[in-house]
Amino acid sequence: MLLRLFSYMGKYRKFACLAIFCITAESIFELLVPFIMADLIDIGVAGGDRAYIYSKGLQMVVCAILALILGAGSARFSALAGQGLGAELRKAQYERLQYYSFSNIDHFRVSSLVTRLTSDVTNIQNTVAAGMRPFCRGPVMLVMATAAAFTMNRELAVVFLVALPVLAVLLFLIILRVRPLYSKMQGAVDTVNRIVQENLTAIRVVKAYVREGYEIHKFEEGNQNLRKQSETAFCLASLNMPSMQFVMYGTILALIWFGGELILQGRMQVGELTGFLSYVLQLLNSLMMISNVFLMMTRSLASGARILEVIDEKIDITDEDARDIQVQHGAVTFEHVWFKYKADAKEYVLSDISFHIRPGETIGILGQTGSAKSTLVQLIPRLYDATKGVVKIDGIPVREYPIEHLRDAIAVVLQKNTLFSGSLIDNLRWGKEDASMEEIEEACRIACVDEFIGRLSDGYNTEMGQGGVNVSGGQKQRLCIARAVLKKPKVLILDDSTSAVDTATEGKIRKALKEKLPDMTKIIIAQRISSVRGADRIILLDDGRVSDIGTHEELLGRSRIYQEIYESQKEGVDL
Amino acid sequence: MAGPRYIGFKKPKNTKKTLLRLLSYLGRHKWKFCLVAALVFVSAGANLMGTYLLKPVINRFIVPGDMDGLLKAVAGMAVMYFLGAMSTLGYNLLMVKTSQQVIQEIRQDLFSHVQTLPLKYFDAHTHGELMSRFTNDVDTVQEAMNSSFAMIIQSFMMLFGTIVLMMVLSPLLSLIVVVFLILMFFFIKVSGSRSRRYFSRQQAEIGKLNGFVEEMMAGQKVEKVFNHERKDFEKFCEINENLRKEGTAALSFSGMMVPTIVSLSYLNYAVSACVGGIFTLTGLLDLGSLAAYLVYVRQSAMPLNQLTQQVNFLLAALSGAERIFEMMEEKPEIDEGKITLCNVREEGGQLLECREETGRFAWKIPENTREGFRFVPLLGDVRFHDVVFGYTPKKNVLNGISLYAEPGQKIAFVGSTGAGKTTIVNLINRFYEIRSGSITYDGIDVRDIKKDDLRRSLSMVIQDTHLFTGTIADNIRYGRLDASDEEVREAARIANADSFIRRLPDGYDTMLYSDGSSLSQGQRQLLAIARAAVARPPVLILDEATSSIDTRTERLIEKGMDAIMEGRTVFVIAHRLSTVRNSHAIMVLEQGRIIERGSHEELLRQKGRYYQLYTGQYELE
Repeated sequence: MLLRLFSYMGKYRKFACLAIFCITAESIFELLVPFIMADLIDIGVAGGDRAYIYSKGLQMVVCAILALILGAGSARFSALAGQGLGAELRKAQYERLQYYSFSNIDHFRVSSLVTRLTSDVTNIQNTVAAGMRPFCRGPVMLVMATAAAFTMNRELAVVFLVALPVLAVLLFLIILRVRPLYSKMQGAVDTVNRIVQENLTAIRVVKAYVREGYEIHKFEEGNQNLRKQSETAFCLASLNMPSMQFVMYGTILALIWFGGELILQGRMQVGELTGFLSYVLQLLNSLMMISNVFLMMTRSLASGARILEVIDEKIDITDEDARDIQVQHGAVTFEHVWFKYKADAKEYVLSDISFHIRPGETIGILGQTGSAKSTLVQLIPRLYDATKGVVKIDGIPVREYPIEHLRDAIAVVLQKNTLFSGSLIDNLRWGKEDASMEEIEEACRIACVDEFIGRLSDGYNTEMGQGGVNVSGGQKQRLCIARAVLKKPKVLILDDSTSAVDTATEGKIRKALKEKLPDMTKIIIAQRISSVRGADRIILLDDGRVSDIGTHEELLGRSRIYQEIYESQKEGVDL
Repeated sequence: MAGPRYIGFKKPKNTKKTLLRLLSYLGRHKWKFCLVAALVFVSAGANLMGTYLLKPVINRFIVPGDMDGLLKAVAGMAVMYFLGAMSTLGYNLLMVKTSQQVIQEIRQDLFSHVQTLPLKYFDAHTHGELMSRFTNDVDTVQEAMNSSFAMIIQSFMMLFGTIVLMMVLSPLLSLIVVVFLILMFFFIKVSGSRSRRYFSRQQAEIGKLNGFVEEMMAGQKVEKVFNHERKDFEKFCEINENLRKEGTAALSFSGMMVPTIVSLSYLNYAVSACVGGIFTLTGLLDLGSLAAYLVYVRQSAMPLNQLTQQVNFLLAALSGAERIFEMMEEKPEIDEGKITLCNVREEGGQLLECREETGRFAWKIPENTREGFRFVPLLGDVRFHDVVFGYTPKKNVLNGISLYAEPGQKIAFVGSTGAGKTTIVNLINRFYEIRSGSITYDGIDVRDIKKDDLRRSLSMVIQDTHLFTGTIADNIRYGRLDASDEEVREAARIANADSFIRRLPDGYDTMLYSDGSSLSQGQRQLLAIARAAVARPPVLILDEATSSIDTRTERLIEKGMDAIMEGRTVFVIAHRLSTVRNSHAIMVLEQGRIIERGSHEELLRQKGRYYQLYTGQYELE
């Protein structure tokens, strides 16, 4: 897994190599300095040679400058490599996210995805940035010190053979235990994030119901849990240091004891013992460094696993069956379509839906709350795939169109629509990136946006707040319609998207759509009969089934449900 | 690296203030930190002592071959080492616990503070950016707390110890070290404040990225419908690349500090050696002392090194902390009102405060009388006097609006989109502050009423429904936390939500995730209405609450709601005129002004704007 993670380093790999080189070279200089120093004292000072002292002093200054350059290099390169890896990982995740279907997103939840993109990546970045140095230096020191110790005294070095496995086992045990704890901890981070995110989105509800205290309490629980999880994880990880110390100190004591005996038996010199001890200390220190790196790695592995989960998620709506074709006319056909959101759900949301819409036709869809009107239309641009049956456009199953072309040709104005932060015109340009001002104005005229745009503080350049808070619900809906019209689609779907627009304006929009875009197939979901009355045909949905299809007059004549709806809206209209 | 691009970039505000504030958090646990410091002292002491004792042990026992003595010495050292390792264990565990506690407190305070901020603040910041302060910024502080505190104490102790030992050996030579130390500290200070800037920018970039991702994920459907994936990806790459650049700059710059300090310490070493050599030659110092002295010089570099490394963590943490505290310093909503809301019952023509729910409420107004307060019954009489309001200073949304709503009436606001209907109700419960004029509620200026009580007296169903992760019952109960299961069900029945809820796999216990994304828009509105119904408020505000609900269902809800709101004031905002038709008074708004007021029939007779709107619908039918 580690290798896979590092494979994302891509073009930054050369920086990683450079960083490793710099670090290694730097540690060599570090080893050199004591030798120069020894010469300076043993030869220069002892021999009273001033010139020699100065020359050695100069050598050390040169070493210092070289070490500075190498150190700067290693800092720069490891920063480049670490941040580069982080950026690439974020990019890879986000790229993948673009292809996610809604069930993919639901699988992770938005707040968790955000954490994975930021805090999990940061964990890995930190490991690379802080771990590179000890990771390169540790083994170098370890090998050198072990070699030196063994050449000095084989018998005494046996103590290592006991100490090293003990250390390894301890480290292994800690890592084994701490790994799942880290995963749990990141899970707790997700929960805290989720609470914050929900709180921020629903802040109006929170304030309206004076639930600040309740929310704080809810957060406290999540926060407490996060604290507990991180406490257990970090506590266990922090055992590393003392257990290393135990082993290290034990080794020193054993060495003194056995070394003392060896010296008594005359098999070892006193000087050898002190030298040996200093190597041992160095060796154990480097082991400590390495074990720290291992612990850091464990933490980033937990994060890495979460990142790879995002990248490896199986995407369920793909271009697999796509051919290179485009939507020509905009005829929509449903053939015995059944649908449910989750494969294991008991009941179907849509049952046995069949109908045909001719190009250019205007179709109204009416039905009770929860009768799956929105679900039905979302199958057309493949926001979801039908569970059974086929949805066809121009007689060709939607699965065979490349998703991009399909969605280009079908514009949906969603019921729950979103404006993004940025200026108003930026939001409109979502429909068509390179739209000219005339095109935009034309679309705005059709959607009756022109009526209020002059009243906004900066006209087209008005900045939208988060989610478009500074325009009213009806204005938002009209902007969304304009955005969709700008796309010049073959099929336009309005999913209850004029609910907040007043009736007069709604009528104007409908009229403009009919007159200015006669060839476009229009599917209109609505609550008001007045919204769909002028449609060529009306599909009446009831509990996920087609109850009836026909014109206003036909339905009024034969459908009891339609009559009821009509009555409920007509009341009081007769003056 | 330090190109002209960076020159003149805003300096981090007030490092000292941030640091002090952070320290005040640590201050709450000062005894624990003292204990940690003590344990660090023992642990570092044992470590140092062990090294220094090696020589005497060898010289005194091994060389003369005193095995008994050696055994005793080894046993003594074992005890000392054991104590040292145990203290390490102790301070590590204690440190983790304390730092987690501090972090928890910071997070909690941040969240609590956010709850008090005015809506204006939330409108102006993306959610993801605010979230980032809870995660990324808090993380940096945690990272530093976890590793740095103990390390820093340890390093300082070691540094101090070696300097003392050096002073003893040669006060003159130590001057060189002191000079170098001052140099190094100066360097750390200068470059530290510099890399603070980079870290601040890095944290800001992370916030931006977070904001972008969150917004895009929330608007995913729109993104897909418009085939906007590639475009967004490009934008993401841009932010991502910025973050990478800032991060690299911060790390390279701060990463430079360690090698610079190392080099400086080599220089120090070289100068000390040369000068020391000369001293020895001139007889100021003996060779042995020089050798020992130089060992100390070398040793003093180690803790310095560590200290510098920790500086990086600290710098990042300071940038994070600064952003956290910046948010904590945002001004909370103004709430100076003293008048509170309470349940009352009537006894002999007198209103008396009581605990139990009576369904009657009164405002409790503090006064200089014998009781100290008087009661004004809550009726729901809302008046606007010449109210001017705008979301931005540039543009007024409401221009001198005056209106009155009589108690017990159903008051409706109609008007074209953007006329300011939602704005009006948002002012009644003081989501926003008016610019001039006044709003009275039962004759009391709303600014004199305690905000929580004001809002408690109004139940609001807002245009955009929001559901929380939890069961359906939990979501309805949000309106009144102590509502019984039966009351929840009753509210659902009134809202006509009962039938669809019962058909869900787990009924009322069905879990909702991600803002109830598994429900249709209409169903979510039904739940929001049920939430308001269970709250049993004195005054109800319905802001386009039934816009996604079919007219048949709406009628049924209306009947149910009318029953529970009998005799209470209800504000209704709707476009659908059928929704407002049977209101007592309808106000027609246009461009931030009320142009007509009256009942349905009266307004039709006037043949004004309402008539036009109404006949507009009629014509279209």
